[in-house]
Parts: sequence; structure tokens; C-alpha cells
Amino acid sequence: MDSHDESWLHVWRLIMAIIKSEMAGTVLEVKVKVGDTIKGGQEIVILESMKMEVPVSASQSGKVTEVKKQVGDFVNEGEALIELA
Amino acid sequence: MIQEIKPIRDRILKGGAQKYHDKNAETKKFFARKRIELLCDKGSFVEDGLYANCLDSELPADGVVTGLGKIQGRAIALMANDSTVKAGSWGARTVEKIVRIQEVAEKLQIPLFYLVDSAGARLTDQVEMFPGRRGAGRIFRNQARFSGVIPQICLLFGPSAAGGAYIPAFCDVLLMVEGNASMYLGSPRMAEAVIGEKVTLEDMGGAKIHCSTSGCGDFLCATEEEAIEKAKCYLSFLPQNYRACLPSVAGSDPERPVTDLKSLIPQSDARAYDMKQVIKTLVDKGSFFEIKELYAKEVITGFARLDGKTIAIVANQPLVKGGVLFVDSSDKAARFIQIANCYSIPILFIADVPGFMIGSKVEKEGMIRSGAKLIYAMSNADVPKISLIVRKAYGAGLYAMCGPAFDCDATIALPSAKIAVMGPEPAINAVYYNKMAELDPEAKKAFMAEKIKEYEANVDIFKLAGELIVDQMVDFHEVRTELIQRFGFYAQKHQDKDRRPGILPM
Repeated sequence: MDSHDESWLHVWRLIMAIIKSEMAGTVLEVKVKVGDTIKGGQEIVILESMKMEVPVSASQSGKVTEVKKQVGDFVNEGEALIELA
Repeated sequence: MIQEIKPIRDRILKGGAQKYHDKNAETKKFFARKRIELLCDKGSFVEDGLYANCLDSELPADGVVTGLGKIQGRAIALMANDSTVKAGSWGARTVEKIVRIQEVAEKLQIPLFYLVDSAGARLTDQVEMFPGRRGAGRIFRNQARFSGVIPQICLLFGPSAAGGAYIPAFCDVLLMVEGNASMYLGSPRMAEAVIGEKVTLEDMGGAKIHCSTSGCGDFLCATEEEAIEKAKCYLSFLPQNYRACLPSVAGSDPERPVTDLKSLIPQSDARAYDMKQVIKTLVDKGSFFEIKELYAKEVITGFARLDGKTIAIVANQPLVKGGVLFVDSSDKAARFIQIANCYSIPILFIADVPGFMIGSKVEKEGMIRSGAKLIYAMSNADVPKISLIVRKAYGAGLYAMCGPAFDCDATIALPSAKIAVMGPEPAINAVYYNKMAELDPEAKKAFMAEKIKEYEANVDIFKLAGELIVDQMVDFHEVRTELIQRFGFYAQKHQDKDRRPGILPM
């Protein structure tokens, strides 16, 4: 990897954001799909945990590049749900 | 020959060299004396130890200003590091001055403010300032001994490094100025040298990290003026000391009409809503003053006024993590309850809690240890306590939110209240696990529906009121009046001030 690649990697890390689950639970609904443009604060996933619906909001705006969990999946606290660029 | 005082005094009052004043101005930091001017009523400040090290022109006041002043007419004591003098570091006289003003505050039984902006120990003075009986350790000892006796309020305007980081830690409340305030045991340079970690100061010990992640900070302030205003506001809810009366002001109507409350509670038990809006229908307009707003947001803690009188509020927040109690939120609530109890502030618990969090993640973090701390602090609080059950009070969540077994002066239920060991579905799954495993999906569904009905009838809130488990049931619009009347009576409650503290669990 030359220095040019490395600086690209650095930029990529800066612009990419991962939205993580704040608590353990099961995915009840995924409200976005790959390619969607979303705004910071928008609800993107609803988890079910402790018999409560727990909305997860985007911490920042961006375009969805990957949906990491599907409806019914268990997700632990701190696990990635959505990747943004 | 009689010497003139004025030239020497004028020199000392200017603090350190001009270049350090300029440097402070660049980062929007005020001179220590300017901070005192903003904090205290005009002309009220009386200084001690101004002439500390006065024969050394390099050490005006030995880098710390101490004395007595008034805030809205109330006497307070304060210390303020002067970062223009040796970066606010602690020399032998600095430490002696801080220890003395602590002793004065204790003697006078008045609140003590720490205006911190210091690089830490002055290494050239270490034998005089570090290890001895009246060395820096005495500052922390005094803070710990005066804890809960007189309010101790810390405003952090700059660094607070290594040992110095414990001054904020031992205060009741910590206000931090974003961008300038920092707390850390080892600097980023030290972290890199000793453990190999590369990290920025802001990321490791900045104000934002401490107010949102570590939980060390209570208020994240954009400017020094804001921090000073917030500190005054904090004081306005507190008494002068643990035996003094609570201040009160004229009462006012709530920000949202009491009739709004009903519409704020969703029909579905699983749905989230904003508990802060509920609080706005209950307390005097603009009086809610939230503490640790950015940290462990699933529980809300703060002071407010009810018809002009100070109360403390501990409320679950269904909007964040379903309002479930976690490790950090339990610690946050436990500590806040202790503050309220020390200063005889009545506590209103507003419950809507599915319980304590379960799962391997939180068990490893010590969920039981922190949950026990919360229940311990709440049990040992003998101030007036009312528990308002808004929706769910499940499992140990009922206990944590001051259920009937915890000398709650009144458990008040709204018509939407539900009290149970757990919600219907998990309870039925637990009891009929084997039986349900034998049924086909269709039959299982019907069986579940039937059992849910039975379960709900069994824990129906009117049934619980009939059994005298809740003391009162009120309609949504009646809550505020009920709270004002009851806290009025409970103000007479006896508190055993001589009781020795117990042992914090685990």
C-alpha cells in the first residue's frame, strides 16, 4: 500500500459511520434500505428488548451502504446495525 | 519606615505575566478574579491570603484566590486557581490556602465553590505541598469529610490533571466548559510513553467525554459565563448546609397544562414517549433543572420546584433504551438520590420501567452491583418520598423506583399504571413453559391470549388499590395538585440526622 492508498483509507474512515445498537435485543423493523439517504436523528431501526419497542436513530446524515442486521436477528449492545457513507 | 501596601497589593491583584493573560484570552478563558466577579454579588468578595508568597514577584497570591462572597445574598466560600501564575500549579502556600478556606466553609457551614484551572502539583515544592499532614491529601480528605454537610460545587475551566482531578471528583456537582476543561490521571503524552496509546486530550479527558460517557461531569457548558450561571442556578435549589432550610420562591403554573398529561401516554405498553414532557405538566414553569442530562439518558435526574418548593426528580425515560435501568443509569440515580437525601430535598420518583436490563453484557459489567447501589441509596433516603406510577413498574424496577416496601410516603397510581413481577408474556412463558411446548402454534396462541387476560385481571391496578398496595389513584389532570398537597404534609417527616452511614453494596 503506498501513501496515496493510506490517505484514502484515512478519508474513508472519516466519512464512514456505523450506527450501533445501544442495547441488546431483537430486530423488529428495519426502516431503511441500501441506497437510502437519511438524516441525522431519523429512526432507522426498531428493536424489541425487554418487551419494549426501542427506536434507534441515526447519529448523523448519510447514505446507507450496508444493512447489517435483518428482522428477527439478535443484536448485542454495541453491535453494528447500519453502515453509512 | 512604614511601607505602602497599595503598590504591592496592585501588583498581586494583576496575577501573572501579561503573556499568560493574553494566552487565556485567546482560548476565551477569563482571569480568575474576573470569574469571581461574575460569580459573586457585586462588592461582596472578601479575600484571604492575598499576600501568600508576596515577597516573590513571580508568585502572586501563590496562584490561588480564596475568600468569602455572596451569591444572591447567600454567603459562600470559594477558591479559584490562577492559571497565569505557574499554570495554576499547587505550591506549599497554594495548598495551605485551599485547606484553610475549606476549614472556613465548614466552620461557617456554608457552600464551597472550587473554580479549578490547574496544572497540578508544583514539583519544585513537592516536599512542602505533597506528603504531609496539611499537604494536598488534606484537601481531598476535607472534601470527603464535608461531603453531604455543605454543598461543594466545582466549575472546571481548564485542566485538572493527575491528583488535581480528584477535586472535581469529590464535589457534589461538576460543571465543565467545552474545549477548555479536561480531567485525566495521565496526559496523552504520558499515555503514549507508558502504555503506547495514541489519543487526543479531548478524546481522553475532554468535557464532552466526561459529561456523556464517563459520567464524571454533570453539565457541559459552551462558555465560562454559562457555567457560572448554571452553578448559581444549582445553588438556588440547595440549602446552605445539611441542617438549613431549603430555599423557596413564589410558585407558578407548569409549562404545559396538567390536562396534557393524558395525551402523552401511548395506548400501547411497548411504545416509547418522552418523559420530559410529562415532567413539564407537573412542575413549575421553567423550574426543571436536569443533572447529567447527556449521561445514561434512560433515567432522568434533576431538581425542580413544585409550587415554589425544591424537589428532586428521578424518572425513567421510555424514549431511551425503553426506560430500562442499566449499570450507568443505576449509578447515576443512586448518586443523585444521595445528594437529595443529604440536603433534605423531597424526592419524586416517576416510574415507567420494564425492569433492570438482563443479558450477558450487563451481567459482566456488574448490573447487580450497580442495581443494588440504587436500591441501597433509595432505601436509606429518609426524606419525603413519593412514587408516581405512570405506566409500568415491573420487577425490581418497582423497588428501584421506591415501591411501597421502601418507606414511600405515598405510592400514587395513574389509571395507566401496571405493577407486576414482570409483563404478562414472559410470566406466562415461565409458568407454562412445558405445557405450551406440547401445543400446536394455533392452540398456543389461543392459550396465551386466555392466560394474558387472566394475568392482567390479577394485577389490575384497581385490584392492587383494593389490596391497599397503592395508596391513591388519581386521574391524569389531578397529579400536580395531589403532589403539592402531599409534599406539604410530608415536609414534617422526621429525619434521623445522627444515623451512621452503612456500607455501599458490592
